[in-house]
Amino acid sequence: MKEYFSNIWVGLSTIAIGMKVTFKHLFVPAVTIQYPNVRVELPERERNRLYVNMDDCIGCDQCSRACPVSCIEIETVKGLPTEDLGKTSNGKKKALWVTKFNIDFAKCCYCQLCVFPCPTECIYMTDVYEFSEFQRNNLIYDFVTLTPEEREQKKLNYQKFEAEKAAEKAAKKPVTPAAEIKAEVKVKTETPPPSSDNSQQSNLKEPGENKGS
Amino acid sequence: MMYDFFVDLLGNEILAAIVTGVPPLVFILVFVLFAVWLERKVSAHMQDRLGPMRTGWHGYLQTIADLIKLIQKEDISASANDKPLFNLAPVLVFAGTYAAFAAIPFSSYYIGSNLDLGIFFIIGISGLVVAGILMAGWSSNNKYSMLGAMRSAAQIISYEIPTIIVVLTVVMITRTLNLHTLSEMQTGYFWNWMIFGGPTAGLEKFLLIPLMFIGFLIIYTSMLAEVNRTPFDIPEAESELVSGYHTEYSGMKFAMFFLAEYANMFAVSAIVSALFLGGYQSPIGYLGNLFDAPWLIPVEQFFWFTAKGTFFVFVQMWLRWTLPRLRVDQLMALCWKYLIPIAFINLIIVGLITVL
Repeated sequence: MKEYFSNIWVGLSTIAIGMKVTFKHLFVPAVTIQYPNVRVELPERERNRLYVNMDDCIGCDQCSRACPVSCIEIETVKGLPTEDLGKTSNGKKKALWVTKFNIDFAKCCYCQLCVFPCPTECIYMTDVYEFSEFQRNNLIYDFVTLTPEEREQKKLNYQKFEAEKAAEKAAKKPVTPAAEIKAEVKVKTETPPPSSDNSQQSNLKEPGENKGS
Repeated sequence: MMYDFFVDLLGNEILAAIVTGVPPLVFILVFVLFAVWLERKVSAHMQDRLGPMRTGWHGYLQTIADLIKLIQKEDISASANDKPLFNLAPVLVFAGTYAAFAAIPFSSYYIGSNLDLGIFFIIGISGLVVAGILMAGWSSNNKYSMLGAMRSAAQIISYEIPTIIVVLTVVMITRTLNLHTLSEMQTGYFWNWMIFGGPTAGLEKFLLIPLMFIGFLIIYTSMLAEVNRTPFDIPEAESELVSGYHTEYSGMKFAMFFLAEYANMFAVSAIVSALFLGGYQSPIGYLGNLFDAPWLIPVEQFFWFTAKGTFFVFVQMWLRWTLPRLRVDQLMALCWKYLIPIAFINLIIVGLITVL
């Protein structure tokens, strides 16, 4: 009998305690952040969408090779000796026209590994994180500042220059097999690129092969 | 009364009945729009959230937007459903709830039907809701819906007993089942409310106060169970039964269940306030009497009635976001071991007091 009444008492009093707690919380300021109107300040080293400052890019392809998901595609064309491509902000002389610099953000894993190898610090993370699209193709960002016509023009220019050079060479002396072998050897010695990390090279040769086509 | 007035005005009883029936329907719709919004805001703020904030000031248009969404939705019924029952169930549930509003006095000038058996009619017609819920569960041809409906039926039938006993306790003092007369008896100031002993005087009133308070707690708890609200929401327990008997419903049919649930919440609160808290009577006197403007009194009465009803709806929401759900055995233990014996003892003591 005693237990019966104590049960009733415990039931009622605990309900009252619970209701007191919830009533207090009715007037506690909400922790909700009204997202599109109010934005939380991002941490200093937050990793979001990449940006490439093409004025500083020398087309070295190091970011592309560092990328674990191969989301960066770069194509470059050698500049003609007569052309002046300008200098980067830290004083490096540019020698290549970058005709293709695509980053596919559908693939990008925001690991920031491409940022560290860049010799001119032209690829970096921004604080933009709202760039969803209805179509995946729209997530491929083209960073090249040249117009499509200009890119074609640069390629043609270089091909012409090569052709002229070859024609000049051919005019000077006929091609010998020995010369060919020499050229091959030269190519072989060039193949290990100057990067220190050799383990990644085997996987990431692909983009390099397009270089200066 | 409103009905007699319309009979005189229109000279046709059927037309008068239809016109009298419209205000409660409008009231239900407006109240449900408000109550759904209130529920979301109350639950949000109790959990330190904000709730709907985008549609209008603090999201007050959210329910209307949801309603438009529900109207647009496809009316799905599975091929294994029992079609006639499946389509009839939501209508029946809403009809049962709506019918209860007929005998609820909104003010001294408006009561849908001034029945002498008012409270008896309300308790009886609420049985229709059980039938509707059982129909919904059965015709859905879904195990979860069936379980929810069975639980709901068991629960509502069990909890009707303490409700009726407490109603009897009140009726023994007032000697009327008519809710209008019952409310009129509690006129004056708040100490004439049934929870404070009603229109009795002296020692009798003093003895009745604790008993009426116990009766009030019992009827509020059992009414909470009858409308399937937390902590008695095992018929639609989201974590175990998806959402009970209305799992299979979509679009407007689902909206009707929703409408019925919130209308039921108000009906129950209205009954509790009519029985124990003076119904439409003001606790502190009327401005109409103060300024000698008799037309103001019904308006004030309507205000007090909705205020009391809304307050008890708020308490239901408050309880919902405070208490966890009861287990089935706990639910039955609470009803049969605690509410019914106490209600019976209460009934006997009140009976002795009124006789002596």
